[in-house]
Amino acid sequence: MIELYESQRAMRNMRKAAMQRGVVAILDVGSSKIACLVLRFDGSDPSDEGIGSLAGQSGFRVIGAATTRSRGVKFGEINSMGETERAIRTAVQAAQKMAGIRVDHVIACFSGGGPRSYGLAGNVDVMGVTVDEQDVARVLSACDVPDYGHGREVLHAQPVNFALDHRSGLSDPRGQIGNELSCDMHMLTVGAQAVQNLAHCVKRCDLELAGLASSAYVSGVSALVEDEQELGAACIDMGGGSTGVSIFIKKHMIYSDAVRMGGDHVTSDISMGLQVPTATAERIKTFYGGVHATGMDDREMIETGGETGDWEHDRRTVSRTELIGIMRPRVEEILEEVRVCLDNAGFDHLPSKQIVLTGGASQIPGLDGLASKILGHQVRLGRPLRVHGLPQAATGPGFAGAVGLSLFAAHPQDEWWDFEIPVDKYPTRSLKRAVQWFRDNW
Amino acid sequence: MRALRRADGPPINDPAPSRLSYRVERLKLTPAFRFGTRVVLPFVLVAGAIGYWASIAENRQMVADLGTEIRDAIAGRPEFQVKLMAVDGASPRVAEDIRKLLPIDFPVSSFDLELDEILETVGALHAVSSAEVKIRTGGVLQVDVVERQPAVLRRGDRGLELLDATGILVGPAPSRAHYVNLPVIAGEGAHDAVAEALELYAVTGPLRGRLRGFERMGARRWDVVLDRGQRILLPETGAVQALERTIAMDQAINIKLMSRDIVAVDLRLPHRPVLRMSDQAAQQMRQIKAFEAGGE
Repeated sequence: MIELYESQRAMRNMRKAAMQRGVVAILDVGSSKIACLVLRFDGSDPSDEGIGSLAGQSGFRVIGAATTRSRGVKFGEINSMGETERAIRTAVQAAQKMAGIRVDHVIACFSGGGPRSYGLAGNVDVMGVTVDEQDVARVLSACDVPDYGHGREVLHAQPVNFALDHRSGLSDPRGQIGNELSCDMHMLTVGAQAVQNLAHCVKRCDLELAGLASSAYVSGVSALVEDEQELGAACIDMGGGSTGVSIFIKKHMIYSDAVRMGGDHVTSDISMGLQVPTATAERIKTFYGGVHATGMDDREMIETGGETGDWEHDRRTVSRTELIGIMRPRVEEILEEVRVCLDNAGFDHLPSKQIVLTGGASQIPGLDGLASKILGHQVRLGRPLRVHGLPQAATGPGFAGAVGLSLFAAHPQDEWWDFEIPVDKYPTRSLKRAVQWFRDNW
Repeated sequence: MRALRRADGPPINDPAPSRLSYRVERLKLTPAFRFGTRVVLPFVLVAGAIGYWASIAENRQMVADLGTEIRDAIAGRPEFQVKLMAVDGASPRVAEDIRKLLPIDFPVSSFDLELDEILETVGALHAVSSAEVKIRTGGVLQVDVVERQPAVLRRGDRGLELLDATGILVGPAPSRAHYVNLPVIAGEGAHDAVAEALELYAVTGPLRGRLRGFERMGARRWDVVLDRGQRILLPETGAVQALERTIAMDQAINIKLMSRDIVAVDLRLPHRPVLRMSDQAAQQMRQIKAFEAGGE
């Protein structure tokens, strides 16, 4: 656990340094596009006096934004380092140019790596009369970490609930009187390889990684409105290569998973089904795509075009119904997989079963109708929150991850490693341990 | 597997910047670097160029020459020429003095005239009470002078001098005859009490024909000197009233004081006038007294 603490703490310190300098870059490494936002923090920390204006988003402003077609990323994971590095470089340079300032720190999110959720519980006796910081640290470290397997790393470990004696649902137990403190923690692990590859790519671009997040989580942060986060909702971030699922309740993520299918698979289905290049398939999908065929669609013919020189081949047309016939099964399959994920998470037991679809692939016309058939009745399409200075081009659902990551950068949730390391877990020669020994004996 | 390494670099459609251009771009966006290139570097270059150019003595000389030339060209224009000097408000003698004191070769440029110095020189003249110097349109150096008005003549070690009403020297007087209507004063500290002397002079009325002058005695009080060696000794304070009293005594029909054979009227104790008779008169008086007493 110590080395995880170390690396995550190093990133957290880096983030603090970046906030101090006032400029930080947000990098959303997706399968179909890489988005980079440059944020300027104006120094006013709204967390000082409760929640600030604009739900606490007034602390930063987007001063640069750029997207580029992603290359070398599949299923949200990097599979070609050089290509990805170049793509990141393109996005970062364009965003820097727009911002007019150089950025050195970057906070990244990605959807791949096979995220897996674990619920952890810990239980300790309170040492003093009231619960203090040390008790919280102890209860967090007392959580029994499951064997999440070799080659995986913890991406998020957020305490979601504290219970003191028999009172549960405490968000901050510090200062309260009690005997037994227990906590529930949500831990998200991803493949270490994915994290390392991303870190390496960022480093190759002369940038420092100041934070990492799961894109399913940050999409939920930006696409779910406050009461949805409070009452329980699932955010389904339909990206290019993977579809992330995150479930929120009481403003904490309690479950996250990913389906390794997304909009790119729909495109490749079209490409295979209609025998057209991927670029054409993508164009046809975005212009004419849909999931509900009507009688009108039989008559709407789409020219597939082509450059082969064969007249017959280049002049082919398909009806929109055919296109929908290709797209719908794949979209249904994705949603079925999402349904499985939600069932595994016990989503049915939440008080509010709101489902929010976001991400680039959620823009298929009629998707909400189809999703409500498969997932449940309370389905809506979500767009990211509006943040200061965000260009109009970057306000679509495809930027839910990037915007959410901006919010996450400005107001990160408490994670395991934000608390002090409990005294007894320190290395033996620690000064703190000596201090504690003195305090215990005198 | 496709070829990893291409002969002609990255793919043609790749918009990604090369590592080098990426780094250069980042360097250009560094705030310190931007400040350096936008402010410091141009400043240093310009300052260096100017410094190098100025380090050559010929160039500096050239700039100095150029400056002088331009100034001369402007100063030499006919608009700035001063062709003559006009002295107003001064008597011919004072005007002559002023002209003598200001040796200006006309025509001269107004840039070369130091009006303050001229004003100082003119104001330093005894005969000038105040002066004003300006350059009038038409290239005239206008010197407006207010002369001191002589109020008294002082007879001293340096002969006759003219003083104004405040006791300031106006100039030497050639002779008493030129200023018959001015009183004459003399004695130590006479010039400090010119105002009192003038007051006394104003009330001399009937005696004016006989008046020779006023003498300051011991720098504190006045003597009125009349012809025939007569004197009226006045007190320090209330001199005017004392003189008026003397004149009144003189004017009284039965007394005719000053026409009698007395040497001095002493009014230094104002309530007790003392008369000093001449020796002859005193003798005669004693004889009369003896005769009246029934002597010889």
